[in-house]
Amino acid sequence: MNSRLTFHIAVMLIAAIGVATAWVRHTQTQIPLLPGAQQQVWLVESRVDFVADGGPVTVSLSIPKAPPGFRLLTEQTASPGYGFAVVEDRGARRGDWPIRSARGPQTLYYKAQLVPDPAPPPPAAAPEPPAAVVWEEPQATAARQLLERAAATSSTPQSLTRELIKLLTAVEPDQNTALLLSAHPPVLALDKLLRQAGVPTRMAMGLTLEDGRRNQRLVPMIEIFADGHWHLFDPRNGRQGVPDDLLLWHQGGRSLVDVTGGSRTQVRFSMLSQTVPLLELARTEAAEGALTLFDIHHLPVEEQNLFRILLLLPLASLVVVFARIVIGLPTAGTFMPVLIALAFLQTSLSLGLVSFLTIVSLGLLLRRYLSHLNLLLIARIAAIVVIVVFLIGVLSVLGYRLGFNTGMTVTFFPIIIIAWTIERMSILWEEEGPREVLVQGGGSLLVAIAAYLLMQWPVVAHLSFNFPELNLVVLALILLIGNYTGYRLLELYRFHTIMLEDR
Amino acid sequence: MNWRALLSLRRYGILGMNARNIGYISRYNERRLYPLVDNKLKTKLLAAEHAIPTPDLRLVVRYQHQIRNIEQLLAGLQEFAIKPAKGAGGKGILIISGRKGKDFVKPSGAVLSLTDLKRHLSNILAGLYSLGGSPDIAIIEDLIEADDRFDRYSYQGVPDIRIVVFKGYPIMAMLRLATRASDGKANLHQGAVGVGLDIATGRCLNAVQHSRRLRVHPDTGASLASIEIPDWESLLRLAAGCYEMTGLGYLGADIVLDKRRGPQLLELNARPGLAIQLASGVGLLPRLRHIEALQAPHPTPEARVRYAMEAFRGQATDIRIHAPAREEVAETLSA
Repeated sequence: MNSRLTFHIAVMLIAAIGVATAWVRHTQTQIPLLPGAQQQVWLVESRVDFVADGGPVTVSLSIPKAPPGFRLLTEQTASPGYGFAVVEDRGARRGDWPIRSARGPQTLYYKAQLVPDPAPPPPAAAPEPPAAVVWEEPQATAARQLLERAAATSSTPQSLTRELIKLLTAVEPDQNTALLLSAHPPVLALDKLLRQAGVPTRMAMGLTLEDGRRNQRLVPMIEIFADGHWHLFDPRNGRQGVPDDLLLWHQGGRSLVDVTGGSRTQVRFSMLSQTVPLLELARTEAAEGALTLFDIHHLPVEEQNLFRILLLLPLASLVVVFARIVIGLPTAGTFMPVLIALAFLQTSLSLGLVSFLTIVSLGLLLRRYLSHLNLLLIARIAAIVVIVVFLIGVLSVLGYRLGFNTGMTVTFFPIIIIAWTIERMSILWEEEGPREVLVQGGGSLLVAIAAYLLMQWPVVAHLSFNFPELNLVVLALILLIGNYTGYRLLELYRFHTIMLEDR
Repeated sequence: MNWRALLSLRRYGILGMNARNIGYISRYNERRLYPLVDNKLKTKLLAAEHAIPTPDLRLVVRYQHQIRNIEQLLAGLQEFAIKPAKGAGGKGILIISGRKGKDFVKPSGAVLSLTDLKRHLSNILAGLYSLGGSPDIAIIEDLIEADDRFDRYSYQGVPDIRIVVFKGYPIMAMLRLATRASDGKANLHQGAVGVGLDIATGRCLNAVQHSRRLRVHPDTGASLASIEIPDWESLLRLAAGCYEMTGLGYLGADIVLDKRRGPQLLELNARPGLAIQLASGVGLLPRLRHIEALQAPHPTPEARVRYAMEAFRGQATDIRIHAPAREEVAETLSA
């Protein structure tokens, strides 16, 4: 009794380890639990056009670092002849394109894929307090009065910003406002006013995302720092926060683009909404870690495909174990159904069935002739192997001629196994009659089809390949069934005559 | 299939394949002892040591080259049985009941040429009939002469008696009768008739063919209800002695009655099938549990047989068979 308990605990433990590892892998690598899950991704392309003077040129473009509400997935550039480097500059990211000499119109591209990510941004480090602001008279007085008016109706930096924007964007601006706006663009005036009030600010440039738009320009925005975070304000209407469809391309730092050695610079944006399978996404983002160290995805693609099949074997074996122990189906050769099912995976079910039945029955016919030759067993089976190879060759060519390209895939059948099957079936036929051949052959095919249906189910294929540890659960189930002492389903039928006495 | 069926199986104490494998075979049969029964030659030699009678061994064919001059080796043998030493389930057994010139005659009357015989032998050596296909040897032994009393009950072939011996106690027995449908073979799933025998008396309890009850032999029409095995107790003693001989706790002994030499052990089986329950109309489990619960097992085969004859007296199902309904009597008379 005690050993049974430890056995059950061990089985539970194996299953739990499998599930837990799979869960950790899921949460760490973002590999989806179900196949086909998709994620929207924005592909944003910025295009820098300018005319080069003929000398050395350096283009420096501000590129997104960690835009709130998004995660940078991939980035690439297209810039023939130019070098490219990403540099960090005062907390901002910039892409630098240098070239020894260039003349005439130039076009540079920078593309980024961004995934919407609702995770809140991490707290930012407090910036230095703003330096003193210098206004020229009479703007200095106007600014002071404007600030006083705004401060009177506000309590926090955020409300101050809102009030200032309200004043600056009023339909009929008062005299002070009009005076300031006559000398500064509204955003710059706002920035200066805020800094005068001691609120740290930074200029931001945002892009409104809309599928399929081209030739878009960035919208100037302003960010103020308060309570450990940067808060975004739209200077046109005073709206606070980052809308879902706004990508902050440029946050602080120098200008959007600097071109030395060129002129007439223009930056334009186009964008496209894409859907990408989550799995691909996870794989692109996969970081090195304990889990990825043993990741099958690091193998060459050919080996990966091999593993894709190998990792389905445990489940197919479970089907056989279940069919034999719980149902009690007779099969010819214990694990032959698994091999047949694997072959079906390559050929598709109907075609696989037809070719399997054709090969085995033709083989049985030829085996009849062989039995007259009085050969030794091993030689006879070897002869059958040769015959099976020929049969498969003929079938392939025939299938090809008939237009089934898939005819070729019969070669996936395990030839040696088929040869043994033919030999066993033939002996079975001679000794127990055709009925037993049908029963055992039918049982094998039934189990093979069940295993095939399970293995080609996308969810199963996805889970077994991306979460190989789930095979531990399969192992636990096999161990559990291995301990099953109850009746087999077919025994209920086998012994039913005994129970007839009841009636 | 419903849950009621499952419950009735339990109530009848039917032993299922899984329970047999885990609860009895792997618990009471040590793996290292299997070769003693999986190899008929070893069984025969061992039986000789323990004074358990088996058919006389005439020839052992171990090598392919022996087959070339098999004609000389078989000279003088009129009737014999060729068996693969490691064959399972009666596979590969060839019975020769006579000669016709250079050819050999099977009990069915079919004639085999010398070439056929050689091919069969070479198949045996190559392992065609052995468990797992491993190379094998062929043994050639004397044919059993069936007791005349069984003539009416068997279509060709010699009826054999399967006794399940658990920890040395014979707990269930059945007589297997070949039929035309089973091609003269005493294999239940090929259509042989299984006759459940009362452990206490050796009398018929119940009879089935293909899981169906029957009263008369399908080929000879002989009433099965009147079957009674002579010399029953010594037959049980022979079976019970196989426990000492092999050390296997759960085994099936196949015994035949020879006209002149009495009970003979044909072969032993470390994985006896479950069909015996169908033939007997009762499950094995209650009897297995009964023996498992014994505090002090009996030391000798004689004592165990006496105990089993007392404890496992046949019940219930035999009543109807021994008192056949009127139409069955008519059926038997007309047959």
